[in-house]
Amino acid sequence: MEDDAPVIYGLEFQARALTAQTAETDAIRFLVGTQSLKFDNQIHIIDFDDENNIINKNVLLHQAGEIWHIGTSPADKCVLTTCYNKTSDCKVTGCAAVWRMPAEWESGSHESPDDSSNSPQTLELLCHLDNTAHGNMACVLWEPMGDGKRLLSLADNHVLLWDLQESSSKAVISSSATLEGKGQLKFTSGKWSPHHNCTQLATANDTAIRGWDLRSMSQIYCIDNAHGQLVRDLDFNPNKQYYLASCGDDCKVKFWDVRNIGEPVKTLEEHSHWVWSVRYNHSHDQLLLTGSSDSRVILSNMVSISSEPFGHMVDEDELSDVEDNGQEEKCKEPLQDSIIATYEEHEDSVYAVEWSSADPWLFASLSYDGRLVINRVPRALKYRILL
Amino acid sequence: MDADISDSAAGSVSPPDSDPARKRRAHGMLKLYYGLNEEGKPDEKESLDPCDINGPHFDPEVFLNKLRKECSLAELMDQESCMVKQIRALDSDMQTLVYENYNKFISATDTIRKMKNDFKKMEDEMDCLSTNMSAITEFSACISGTLQDQHTQITKLSGVHSLLRKLQFLFELPARLNKCLELQAYAQAVGSHRRARCVLQQYSHMPSFRGIQDDCHAIMDQLAQQLRQKFRDGGSSAKDLSDCVELLLQLDEPAEELCDKFLSHAQSRLEADLLGLEAELREPLSASVPELFVNRPQEGDLASKNIPQMANGKLHSFVDALAARYFALVERRIQEEKGVGDNSLLVRALDRFHRRLQAVSKLLPGSGVPSQGTEIVVRAARERIRQYLAALQSFYLDSLTDVRQALAAPRLSVGGAGVSGAGGLGAAVKDAAPSLPDLLASLSGSILNQIKSVLASVHLFTAKDITFSNKPYFKGEFCSEGVREGLVVSFIKFVCQSSRQFCESAGDRGGTTPPALLLLLSRLCLDYETSTISYILTLTDEQFLVQHHSPVTAVTALCSEAREAAQKLLNHYVKVQGLIISQMLRKSVETRDWVNTIEPRNVRAVMKRVVEDTTSIDVQVGFLYEEGVRKAHSSDSSKRTFSVYSSSRQQARYAPSYTPSAPMDTNLLSNIHKLFSERIDIFSPVEFNKVSVLTGIIKISLKTFLECVRLRTFGRYGLQQIQVDCHYLQMYLWRFVSDENLVHFLLDEIVGSAAHRCLDPAPMEQSVIEVICERG
Repeated sequence: MEDDAPVIYGLEFQARALTAQTAETDAIRFLVGTQSLKFDNQIHIIDFDDENNIINKNVLLHQAGEIWHIGTSPADKCVLTTCYNKTSDCKVTGCAAVWRMPAEWESGSHESPDDSSNSPQTLELLCHLDNTAHGNMACVLWEPMGDGKRLLSLADNHVLLWDLQESSSKAVISSSATLEGKGQLKFTSGKWSPHHNCTQLATANDTAIRGWDLRSMSQIYCIDNAHGQLVRDLDFNPNKQYYLASCGDDCKVKFWDVRNIGEPVKTLEEHSHWVWSVRYNHSHDQLLLTGSSDSRVILSNMVSISSEPFGHMVDEDELSDVEDNGQEEKCKEPLQDSIIATYEEHEDSVYAVEWSSADPWLFASLSYDGRLVINRVPRALKYRILL
Repeated sequence: MDADISDSAAGSVSPPDSDPARKRRAHGMLKLYYGLNEEGKPDEKESLDPCDINGPHFDPEVFLNKLRKECSLAELMDQESCMVKQIRALDSDMQTLVYENYNKFISATDTIRKMKNDFKKMEDEMDCLSTNMSAITEFSACISGTLQDQHTQITKLSGVHSLLRKLQFLFELPARLNKCLELQAYAQAVGSHRRARCVLQQYSHMPSFRGIQDDCHAIMDQLAQQLRQKFRDGGSSAKDLSDCVELLLQLDEPAEELCDKFLSHAQSRLEADLLGLEAELREPLSASVPELFVNRPQEGDLASKNIPQMANGKLHSFVDALAARYFALVERRIQEEKGVGDNSLLVRALDRFHRRLQAVSKLLPGSGVPSQGTEIVVRAARERIRQYLAALQSFYLDSLTDVRQALAAPRLSVGGAGVSGAGGLGAAVKDAAPSLPDLLASLSGSILNQIKSVLASVHLFTAKDITFSNKPYFKGEFCSEGVREGLVVSFIKFVCQSSRQFCESAGDRGGTTPPALLLLLSRLCLDYETSTISYILTLTDEQFLVQHHSPVTAVTALCSEAREAAQKLLNHYVKVQGLIISQMLRKSVETRDWVNTIEPRNVRAVMKRVVEDTTSIDVQVGFLYEEGVRKAHSSDSSKRTFSVYSSSRQQARYAPSYTPSAPMDTNLLSNIHKLFSERIDIFSPVEFNKVSVLTGIIKISLKTFLECVRLRTFGRYGLQQIQVDCHYLQMYLWRFVSDENLVHFLLDEIVGSAAHRCLDPAPMEQSVIEVICERG
């Protein structure tokens, strides 16, 4: 059980941006971007040593401004993007840029961890995503499983598709789309679908979820009033191409089949405040992680709408039977969707949760006060899923 | 005659002394004289005195001595004259009496002499009479002897006469029968024939009688033919038909054939009736059902009377077949009885229906018809309960719609007042508010009344004078399964369930349910939990004397369901109201450029609006829920400064002891505070009181405020504006919540977060903030 205990890491600054290092499949590594208006902002690279239960951290300076969103290249583990606020002359603008980590950050930190805090290295700017014509950047998305050359960015009411050229030193808008409508429309978040050859995008603005076809840059579906209030985050089921999870200010997590958008497939209402982040596990899509401003992280087991065949998991006491007649079990006992665990290590609102890209049983959550918590899926459940 | 004269003479002779007292005294003296003193006892008493001149012991010597001794001379003289006068009066009286008696005696002597003569004459006449009488007796004996022969002859002759009349009847019979036939007086004809039949049969060996008999037979055959014809036509009424049958039976027609025919006629006619009934089904007239059926058992009655044992089986199958069709019709008719308005009519109709069938069962003991009929009644009762449930449910939904409409009107005025400002708000609340408890009372009252009236209607099924009420179904299952479970419990469950649906359906899509309705329903459910459910169930159990054969839903289970619904509704109310306020706060934070704002001079209008709305919610909730418990207030709750913020100004001085790297920037005190304070659940269940509800709403609102602030970047004046706004909220909101520390904590967080998000954190002086806030 000791092994299941959470590992906590405290940042000095407040933080909202968290991501796993997508291209890294060996080490368990998370990136956290801080938010501070007074000091230089940092990107903390957090390595988790699973065997020894130890955290190693490295800090890179991000002097451009406070970080609101962070994304890592799926192809090059040293390349990342950030969305940040630049404040100058009493004006706050949301910008985005592609960065490269300095090559020697890893070795430097290992040699003298004490020094690294005194003289952190700085990120190397590859290029700005020029947004002067399009407004504040809300987030930048990498093409899932792509070659690290294509980016999407959401800026106010624009969707911009970028091509990175000349070894990422130049970003060119290849196409764009604009959301038209009454009032000031603003994208709050988006997700690039890993399915359909990466030609689809889902975005959230206010209470609506929209789907876009990137080839024609046109809207393909729109779930109006998907949530009673603002939609905060989206995620695609990694295995079921039409399934989508969303969360929002009505404290709910909803699952959608985009072929039938009239009603959600399922609704969870476990949090007692806004849900800011929802993430499918990359390999076992019944595992769902949500983070909320009620300071809780909830891990749910949504087996009924997962790609896992029904009856694959049965109660532990029937484990032996399952192997013999799994097919029959499926009919006999439909599996219950349930909450696996509620994690209450945070003291402040949790704005981001993320699964590790290397270990599918491990995830991190970040709360506003700068606390990063790394947790594992309970071992019993892990074995039930695996066996 | 003589006596009369003597009387009158005596009258005239008697002295003309009118004084009765004197007369009496005179009589008394005469009586004394004659020794007639029956009334002498009082006399004896007084007469002991020897001085009493009228007494028997009068002693003149004593009297004289006494007088001489006692009286003066003058008195003696008076006494003497008086005495002389009395003696004279007595003398005259005596003379009169003597004369009177003498006269009487003379007249009596005359009368006796006359009587003697008369008696002698009478004796002679009596002798004469007796001789006459003996002569008469002699004569009479002589006459009767002579008349004896003639008498016997006359008797004989009258016997012959009657025989001749009978014969005449016989001879006239064919003609008479013919005439009857002409006049269609079949009954008379058959009667006549029957009377003659035996005689004719007996004397059929004589040629003349034979002729008559043959004639009669021919005529009767013709008559039977006609009767049969008439019977076949079948157009006539049931009475006619049965008369026909009766006559034919008297004519020794084959009974079985008749029975068949009769039944087939009855069938065709009943079928016509059934068709008529079917046609009538379209018309809403339930009373017609039993009316029509009145005929049926009567016919069965007739049939069984006419054909005693033989055709019982036939009758059974006949009745069964027809009854089946009839029942099908009745059932269709009952099913069409959708309107729940007047149950008594239906119950009466069913009762009559059932009663008729009982009559059938008396006539045909083996028939399954009555039990089928009872089944129909049972089915009808079940159906009725279902309909009542549906009616109750739709009534409930209708009254909810009414409540909704009633709520809609005043809500508008509240909204208008909210815009117009705090002054108008109080008035509007006054207008709108009294309707809430009134609405609750009228809603629950009308529902209760409706339940009661439905129970009363259903109760008709078990009334004592209804024949089927003593069937086991109506005694047991109908009460417990039907009324209690099927009607009352289902309705209560429906109320809870529909209430819950308000939370679920309205939650996502913009909340179509007005919050006041949620509040109202929540109170309604709570009232149900505390009293109404047990009241209704007790009422039901009492009215229907429910014997729980099967397990029934317990009161506690229903109560907990109602409580759950109430809780859910109230939670939803808190959520909806919280979200309305949240939305205002969020818009106000999101749409403003906080970096380039001007120095705060006023509390922002939205904060005033928040306080106003909170106040009106407070009033609204206060109408339906009790105050609730709050923690003790500090003496100057509204005057508190934001200690956390002031400390955050100094935090740069703290040594970086928290983490080994980087300068200390986080709000240490806030963190420590959080470490020790309880976690706040924002959308958490509330208790059934005002304070808890308001706390919930305020919690939701302030948390939204906090989250929105964290997403923005502030300039110096932006921060100061937040400070002012928070102080304003602080001044007004603490009074609504159970624990003011909660408000303090959340407001501290807001100001703290704003300070963090501030490019140039230069807070405003507390005194200035207070001045601005007090200015309003």
